[in-house]
Amino acid sequence: MLCRTASDLYWVSRHMERAENTARLVDLALRIAMLPERYDRGKSEAAPWRRALDALGTGGHYTATYGTIEPEGVLRHFLLSPENPSSIQNCLRAARENARAQRGAITAEMYEDLNASWLEIRSRTWAGVRSDGISSIVEWVKSRSASFRGVTIGTLGRGEAYQFLQLGAFVERSDWAIRLLDVVGSDGEIDESGEARDAAEYFQWSALLQSQSAFETYRRLYRESVTPRSVTDLMLLRDVNPRSLQTCLNTLHEVLRAMTGGESQEVVRLAGALSAQTRYARIDDIIAHGLEPHLQATLSRLAELGEAIHAQFMVSLDAGHGQSQAQG
Amino acid sequence: MSQGYDEMHDAQGNVRAHYAAFDDWLRDTPESEIERKRREAEVSFHRVGITFSVYGEEAGTERLIPFDLAPRILPAGEWRMLEAGLRQRVLALNLFLADVYGERRILREKLIPAELVLDNSEYLSQMIGVQVPGGVYSHVSGIDLVRAGDGLYYVLEDNLRVPSGVSYMLENRRMMARLVPELFARQQIAPVERYPDALLEILREAAPDGIDGPTVAVLTPGAANSAYFEHAFLAQQMGVELVEGQDLFVRDDMVYMRTTRGPQRVHVIYRRINDDYLDPTVFRADSMLGVPGIFGAYKAGRVTLANAPGSGVGDDKSVYPYVPEMIRFYLSEEPILLNVPTWVLRKPEDLRYTLERLPELVVKEVHGAGGYGMLVGPAATRKEIEDFRQRILADPENYIAQPTLSLSTCPTFVESGLAPRHIDLRPYILSGKRIHVVPGGLTRVALREGSLVVNSSQGGGTKDTWVLES
Repeated sequence: MLCRTASDLYWVSRHMERAENTARLVDLALRIAMLPERYDRGKSEAAPWRRALDALGTGGHYTATYGTIEPEGVLRHFLLSPENPSSIQNCLRAARENARAQRGAITAEMYEDLNASWLEIRSRTWAGVRSDGISSIVEWVKSRSASFRGVTIGTLGRGEAYQFLQLGAFVERSDWAIRLLDVVGSDGEIDESGEARDAAEYFQWSALLQSQSAFETYRRLYRESVTPRSVTDLMLLRDVNPRSLQTCLNTLHEVLRAMTGGESQEVVRLAGALSAQTRYARIDDIIAHGLEPHLQATLSRLAELGEAIHAQFMVSLDAGHGQSQAQG
Repeated sequence: MSQGYDEMHDAQGNVRAHYAAFDDWLRDTPESEIERKRREAEVSFHRVGITFSVYGEEAGTERLIPFDLAPRILPAGEWRMLEAGLRQRVLALNLFLADVYGERRILREKLIPAELVLDNSEYLSQMIGVQVPGGVYSHVSGIDLVRAGDGLYYVLEDNLRVPSGVSYMLENRRMMARLVPELFARQQIAPVERYPDALLEILREAAPDGIDGPTVAVLTPGAANSAYFEHAFLAQQMGVELVEGQDLFVRDDMVYMRTTRGPQRVHVIYRRINDDYLDPTVFRADSMLGVPGIFGAYKAGRVTLANAPGSGVGDDKSVYPYVPEMIRFYLSEEPILLNVPTWVLRKPEDLRYTLERLPELVVKEVHGAGGYGMLVGPAATRKEIEDFRQRILADPENYIAQPTLSLSTCPTFVESGLAPRHIDLRPYILSGKRIHVVPGGLTRVALREGSLVVNSSQGGGTKDTWVLES
């Protein structure tokens, strides 16, 4: 496959996954913002929105650009803003543009699906979104993402194109597993008991589960009330959760092994090491050493893996240097 | 209502036999049902993203080419004649190209003025003496045909470089099969779906000698090009890579693609970029679209370019009047297809004649395409005619003139219902070891009442084209 094709396909699924996770982030922040004030530990109305921006590392940039953080502005920033390259609208545009450049490498149904999403969100206005209700666009984005994932699984041959789409989706989703956890986890150290200290904390960790559609999985697995310890465990270390860091890293390791045919390459080594670290970690150790530093360290190792994937597959070899694997 | 030849009705207003099944269907089908199908087609074309980009408008503007639900139908016997004529014409044109880059017999015999060919801007001196695989220059040709008021077909122009539109032919058929399957059940319509297979076959045949299992790629200028949809479509249908210049490099006269597994050799390139942009080391130095060194690899016989560079000298409008002569010279046959009478304005007597009759004639730039740079005398204002007269006088060699043909009309769905609109036809001819002619082609239709301009860039639409098998 062409390097350019690999890169474009990788970004198709990164952008779709980013759109879906941004929708889930909005869902999470909306749920937290609904918390009755008497349970809120003296925080302003904008607190959940500030934390959502901070979890993406864009809080500083946002305040520098817009001055204040208020719900309406942040929602617009996440959903439709043309200035935010990662707004849902821009993600769908970028996914569709990358797919259009590579429509020969994907199925017609996949392109039609992305094109339909783009045509629809292109026509959305902020006034329209407000009058339909924010949750309706959140649900729409999740369902468009699910549709694209489904069409991909159901129609695309299991070759390199499929593998690059998987890489993009799971690199992006790994990142979000950490950042979404950070939205609630950054509130302070988790109590040694692993339990919620008050109703506000309980409510926030429940909201995280709901935004991930993981409440039922949680109940079956832990058979206990929602606790910060167990939610963190489910988000980071459990492979029953399709959106957990462990699931994403396992998938990345498997796909990279299949693509390179073994363990000898740097990408496989990095993915394998990350996956193993998560597989054999203990939640109590992570909490004891501090969740926040653990999340930050994992984020930077993920970024390293992303760069290695780029260098391995997507950098064009120079005419003078590439070793020849040519036949004929 | 309409003057001239109507494809569906004869002079007495009776439905021609090959349109009988369609006519029955029209009468059986409620208007609301037809309207629903038309809307479905539009939504579907939008969703599939079958668009072309428009130059001169906001970057990235994509438009749909309007699709018309009423097919253009050709009876079997008529098609057999056209097919034989197209084979003959394309064969002669390929022999002509081999000749002008080789022995130049036709020029030495003075059947065509030598300067017309050798001084032509489309004539590539770099191609002189180059051995072209199989002697084929124009692997994919599109020959534009019209039917005039006399009911006869005429070749309007030859397209030997990068004729486009074949993707619309295939998508139109797919759409019709979906919308009106009952019409396909009522009669035998020759299939066009084999085109991508046949294209891949002739491209593989064109590989340099001694290559087993050649790698084929389609070379596109990129997503901003007006025909990008078609480039991607063809690559996908053939199952080959769609490459841009930046994806290729040349080492030791061999062409490689940059892939995720390292460089991979490419043997045959179906290129959809013009000669000028192919190789900045040989042609336009400022081009970012092509591949440095690719022309050297081609001359060394290590890669095949289809269509061959320099093919444009064969479809030049000033060479067009001589095609019947080529057929007689190379094939010792009489031309089956007619040429439109053409005045070549480099000839003083033709120039004089044309200037006297500008309001009656169509004048075209020799290298013009897409409906640009032409004067349609009867439809032009006096000022437009005078402006054009000055342009002709400034550079007569750049123009030809032809009588205004009354193109035949075909019933077409417009706002007010079914109405006659002017059409033309572009059949596609693939040249390899054998010549494949796709039964049908792309019918373009001028959607504005009375308009003769069918080009998509000028607001024309398309129709599915049916060749009946019996």
